[in-house]
Amino acid sequence: MSKVLIVAEHDGTTLNSSTAKCVTCAHSIPGAEITVVVCAADASAVAVQAAGLQHVAKVLKLEDPANAHAVAALIAPQIAAIAAPYSHVFGPSTTFGKDLMPRIAALLDTAQLSDVMAAESATRFRRPIYAGNAIVTVEVDAGAKVVATVRTASFEAAAEGGTASVEAASAGATLPTHTRFVSVSAARSDRPDLQTARRVVSGGRALGSAENFQILYSLADKLGAAVGASRAAVDAGYAPNDLQVGQTGKIIAPELYFAIGISGAIQHLTGIKDARTIVAINKDAEAPIFEVADYGLVGDLFTVLPELEQLLGK
Amino acid sequence: MKRILVGIKRVVDYNVRIRVKPDGSGVVTDGVKMSINPFDEIALEEALRIREKGGADEVVVATIGTPDTRQQLTTALAMGADRAVLVESATAVEPLDAARAFLKLAEREQPFLVILGKQAIDDDNNQTGQMLAALWNRPQATFASKVELAEGKATVTREVDAGLETLEVELPAVITTDLRLNEPRYVKLPDIMKAKKKPLETVPLASLGVEPRQRVKAIRFDPPPQRQKGVMVKSTQELVEALKKKGLVA
Repeated sequence: MSKVLIVAEHDGTTLNSSTAKCVTCAHSIPGAEITVVVCAADASAVAVQAAGLQHVAKVLKLEDPANAHAVAALIAPQIAAIAAPYSHVFGPSTTFGKDLMPRIAALLDTAQLSDVMAAESATRFRRPIYAGNAIVTVEVDAGAKVVATVRTASFEAAAEGGTASVEAASAGATLPTHTRFVSVSAARSDRPDLQTARRVVSGGRALGSAENFQILYSLADKLGAAVGASRAAVDAGYAPNDLQVGQTGKIIAPELYFAIGISGAIQHLTGIKDARTIVAINKDAEAPIFEVADYGLVGDLFTVLPELEQLLGK
Repeated sequence: MKRILVGIKRVVDYNVRIRVKPDGSGVVTDGVKMSINPFDEIALEEALRIREKGGADEVVVATIGTPDTRQQLTTALAMGADRAVLVESATAVEPLDAARAFLKLAEREQPFLVILGKQAIDDDNNQTGQMLAALWNRPQATFASKVELAEGKATVTREVDAGLETLEVELPAVITTDLRLNEPRYVKLPDIMKAKKKPLETVPLASLGVEPRQRVKAIRFDPPPQRQKGVMVKSTQELVEALKKKGLVA
């Protein structure tokens, strides 16, 4: 039987929804027994949330003052130390999981599968390569420990309503002192989170400046949407890096995605493949974004956006 | 000697349109343009800038691959690396074995910094740097957008989902690069001529004591499901009506 250990992503108080998506991926392995491990200075609040997810059998708390911030070099040896009973160790394919999971895999002397988008069995998985231009089905040896990151856009979050037990665990690992957390830029605003928002309004290079980029926020507010950006817009300094959608930014799956002044480079399309509905607004009728858009409108965004806002306000 | 070790990978150029072979056995790589993985170019550029500012004496660039990979090493030498090491392997190695080979190189070269791209744009694994740091038992600072060196330590700004995170790591350490760390320089023709005179050493993978294993077997390659082209609307009015009809906006 498969025993899956999922490393929870959280900010110390709230469980990130990426963890619930890992649970859904793990649950798609027939007969999987799912344990979630929460590494924190005080794991109690997050552990309760993890225990409330359906399909989770057990939640382990690994509490240590060193776990106040998720530093991969400190967390990896703790997870490796408790991983022995598990057949699979999963984490989300977010920057948290991408940083951490390979370090765990190396300590466990096993391979990692990155960006798992489907589990066909306990040993067979599908994952995207070449920026999503090909999907490869891979097989690992039965009996090999499977470390994987889960492509969150491919899975719905596990529902609430679970009643898992919560236990304190101890890793007994010696933690290195060579890596110190200094700071993280403050998360801003009460705007929906880009990774999980149901609606996203994204802007590209055509916005022309950081000032112009601000006009997206007013439309986003009207729609209750998160704001995203193309790599070109981020590189040009119109938007901060954490708004980048695409191959090297965030992979998202909103119900409604507005691509505004975005030409649709393949690296960007990789990030929005799983969006339910894509709306593209672009001056260039030949822009590749129109090839994937459900609704396309050729026009000047500086004319269309005010109109859009007004019509949506009615 | 203060040395930086940079890892590069030969990959299908990022401008090449990737096609899956009709029989599902792989992607078409015959006759397509090959280049240094873009993130690795950024890694090399960062190492060169550190050396040019006096922070390092030597930049060693290494790769694992077939003899064809000399092309990319020569390009790296033309960019400014001092010498190159080709770890020769007839077959592709998985990230864990690549990390093992780099561990051996790190033990031999004793760099104070190993800089790698965060991921290769072919298999998109994003693993080798983290695995090397684990095996080497040294710090890792992944997805770097800024690197500042001081005596015995580095302060690294990382691009994370929440924004920007700063870590302080003791040296030696492994850094993996994100896109905005720097903009790699162009190679000039005279530099390519000069590069041919720089040392390029070939080391068989087996001589490093690394026996590559295939832990992950590719069964089948498929093209991704294509999105259907939708409808073009003529006006904002028509767009909003369509979205309302679908219940996507109120």
